[in-house]
Amino acid sequence: MGNENKPMKLAYYPGCTLKNQATNFDVSTVSSMAKLDVEVEELDRWNCCGTVHALDSDNVMNRVAPITNMIRVKEAQARTEGMASEFMTSCAMCYNTLKRANIDVRQRADALATINDLLYLDETKYEGDVEVLHLLEYLRDRVGFDNLAKKVTKPLEGLRVACYYGCLLVRPKEVAFDDVENPMVMENLIAALGATPVDFSHKTECCGAYQTVDKPEIIADRTDKIMGSAHEEQADLVVVSCPLCAFNLDYRQDDAKRLNPDFRNMPVLYFTQLMALAFGCDESALRFDLQHIDPLPALKARGLD
Amino acid sequence: MDTTLRINSAQVGSSFVAQIEKISGQKLLACYQCGKCSAGCPMAAYMDVLPNQMIRMAQLGMRQQLLETRAIWMCVSCLTCNSRCPKGIRIAEVIEALRKAALGGGERNDHLEIMELSPEARSVLPPIATISALRKLTS
Repeated sequence: MGNENKPMKLAYYPGCTLKNQATNFDVSTVSSMAKLDVEVEELDRWNCCGTVHALDSDNVMNRVAPITNMIRVKEAQARTEGMASEFMTSCAMCYNTLKRANIDVRQRADALATINDLLYLDETKYEGDVEVLHLLEYLRDRVGFDNLAKKVTKPLEGLRVACYYGCLLVRPKEVAFDDVENPMVMENLIAALGATPVDFSHKTECCGAYQTVDKPEIIADRTDKIMGSAHEEQADLVVVSCPLCAFNLDYRQDDAKRLNPDFRNMPVLYFTQLMALAFGCDESALRFDLQHIDPLPALKARGLD
Repeated sequence: MDTTLRINSAQVGSSFVAQIEKISGQKLLACYQCGKCSAGCPMAAYMDVLPNQMIRMAQLGMRQQLLETRAIWMCVSCLTCNSRCPKGIRIAEVIEALRKAALGGGERNDHLEIMELSPEARSVLPPIATISALRKLTS
């Protein structure tokens, strides 16, 4: 696909939530990549990325978990022909944490040496030589949206999609693979699938993240504002790349409705589910049953059930 | 909150200011109070003290007042402030340092009790939510 050195196999890091509540994100990622002739191979013995990047200066312990995954990538590469020293994740939170840890240890030889010492049970040492890729970045730069469009068997014509980036795909700037204030990569993907991306005011506004654990009333307010801004542009649904955004914007709609009686439900999907739908994957690759707000009425209204 | 403050050099030069600068890696006096961080903060509506006010209070060594705010626990490190600060100050790092000051130093002032949530509430939460909350809000 434009790159003669394209690896035949792509290492894949799913992350914890894709193996729990967000199975729909996992299966739609793997299934749609198969349609693009990219063989994804889940890493052996991957571990939690740590979810959040520690911002304080005393942070070496918090880099150990993400860096252990870099070693797993090197191990996979060593035993797999045609695998590059890189891996892909579709979870925005994992991407952000893993990418930031990688940038950090590349800049701090002393921290990396300490981490390698702590990981003495691993024969493979990390030398900053693994690239962290988000799936959207991979699709844009390696596959290409023109090539991707050729695989569409069921164009999502007429479907109005609001692409929600949240925080982790675009901030900080060192991690962003698109404009910090007005990213367009997801809109360009959605357009390649035949749908109509709609601009909306809250696409990079934080959903309130982990405050959902014990302050659902705050998330209800965030969800009301974010989904309300998508409604203003007559969106049929919102797509996301983060399982925490997905939980807040989808599951917390019940709380939003209690807060604001005028709140109207709107489905929230992973961008990979729309890809799998446009590529003609069956229900086992979509798992719409795991959505809190059923997307089928919105899809049926556009003739896409 | 009582906004009257008597400023003295001992407070401004206190070890608290040095501690926050060290943990955050930021120069607090770089802030000239433009307020851009607070203007764009998606969590500002739920804070008792705004991000630019937190920086000002930190500059002035107002340890106790700061560590008692709700605001330092509201920030979720979305980094909108960092990406827009005209002085390049990483405000989120400063707020993280304030949380660390509250959680460390033997006080262990945890701001989340998972077991106080109902079993129903706990059962629906994805691991990405609980792990990140525990990492940010507990010692």
